[in-house]
Amino acid sequence: MAGLISRGFLGRRRPAEVENRLPPGQYLVTDWPVLSAGPTPHTPLDKWSFSMDGLVRKPATWSWAEFTKLPTQTYTVDISCVTKWTKLDMKWLGVSVDTLLEAVQVDPAGKYVMAYSDGGYTTNVPLDEMTKGQAFVAYQFDDKPLEPVHGGPARLVVPHLYFWKSAKWIRGLRFMEENEPGFWEQLGYNIHGDPWKEERYSGD
Amino acid sequence: MPQPVIEWQAGTVTAIRPETRQTKSFTLALPKWMAHRAGMHYDVRLTAPDGYRTERSYSVASAPESVGTIELTVERIADGEVSPYLHDVVVTGDQIEVRGPIGGYFVWDVALGGPLLLVGGGSGVVPLMAMLRHRAAQHASVPARILYSSRTPEDVIYRSEFDALAAGDRGFEAFFTFTRQAPPGWTGYRRRIDGAMLQEVIKPFEKQARVYVCGPTLLVESVATALAQMGLPIERIRTERFGPTGV
Repeated sequence: MAGLISRGFLGRRRPAEVENRLPPGQYLVTDWPVLSAGPTPHTPLDKWSFSMDGLVRKPATWSWAEFTKLPTQTYTVDISCVTKWTKLDMKWLGVSVDTLLEAVQVDPAGKYVMAYSDGGYTTNVPLDEMTKGQAFVAYQFDDKPLEPVHGGPARLVVPHLYFWKSAKWIRGLRFMEENEPGFWEQLGYNIHGDPWKEERYSGD
Repeated sequence: MPQPVIEWQAGTVTAIRPETRQTKSFTLALPKWMAHRAGMHYDVRLTAPDGYRTERSYSVASAPESVGTIELTVERIADGEVSPYLHDVVVTGDQIEVRGPIGGYFVWDVALGGPLLLVGGGSGVVPLMAMLRHRAAQHASVPARILYSSRTPEDVIYRSEFDALAAGDRGFEAFFTFTRQAPPGWTGYRRRIDGAMLQEVIKPFEKQARVYVCGPTLLVESVATALAQMGLPIERIRTERFGPTGV
């Protein structure tokens, strides 16, 4: 629907260089809101592992000690949550999915990825949207260990998609033939989730 | 598989009710109303004359049995963009663009059963009230309790409705706690919700309880953690955060 002007609404304007970085319908925050569907898991690091499985020739698994020895990169990215907030210039340290992919041979049929987490959370992302520097597994934020409420010890980060795709408390990536819906994707949220196309909900 | 689009529609404000100093309830008549599940939310979109737009999400306070309308209870955030507009500018008869209902996890209906424990802080009580209104509208006998944390007595949203619900229903009980200032002569809780308080309130339900927690992050985090430590299965602990964060 078009044309409805909200009587008496002027809106809060920000400098164009900020406004241009906010996807449609989003507003800027400087704090970091926390959203999750259930209790925060607290998996001890000596029980933590990260796996790449599903349609791969041979699954790979890293312990925390092994994972944190992998080459890292720093990433400074803007993050948009489907609940409407956008936070600019979030600074992470993490392992590129490209680096993780060097350890496994993905079956050519494995074109989709299900990220899975402690607590049973899942979210789906096409593999070609996770490669070439588009996604990483972060374990530091602002030079400090990632806090449990924000997904620590490690979370997936896919900055170009709404933040529910950046699975907190991640434990692995499963390669799949079909684009199967994850947790929120089965509950009315968009299968893809591009903030610039405002792909918030099923059917958007 | 193509999914139906959740379309924007222009709701008409048919009533505005002050709840507390900081909260008001807005009743909107929707031309394309559809039944929600208690706990779901709507998106609100405001458009300025030059086309500038912004959106926020607000939980539905009304029960799905209120056919044709939804009620949104909105806390006024002093430095916010949308809630001050809703509080200070909007009057009955105005139109507001909304789309919904949205959300499929933080929901409860009678078919899901109970016993039901609702834990809320501040305006996080809104989706919990939708659940209680739905339960009452269905005359359901599912045992239900709410534990509701407020700073002061003046901050309690829906106080008289809680009293009315509890008066006519032996299956429902409301517990309040005050973190800054309790009413004169108050003999109930006067501290932040903690494990001991949760143990007392959940006692008759034991580990069968189906729990919904909504409020500021710190409250949700500590309550959900305490419940998990008490041995409640995590799939029975559903959370939603309500941060006064720029809204």
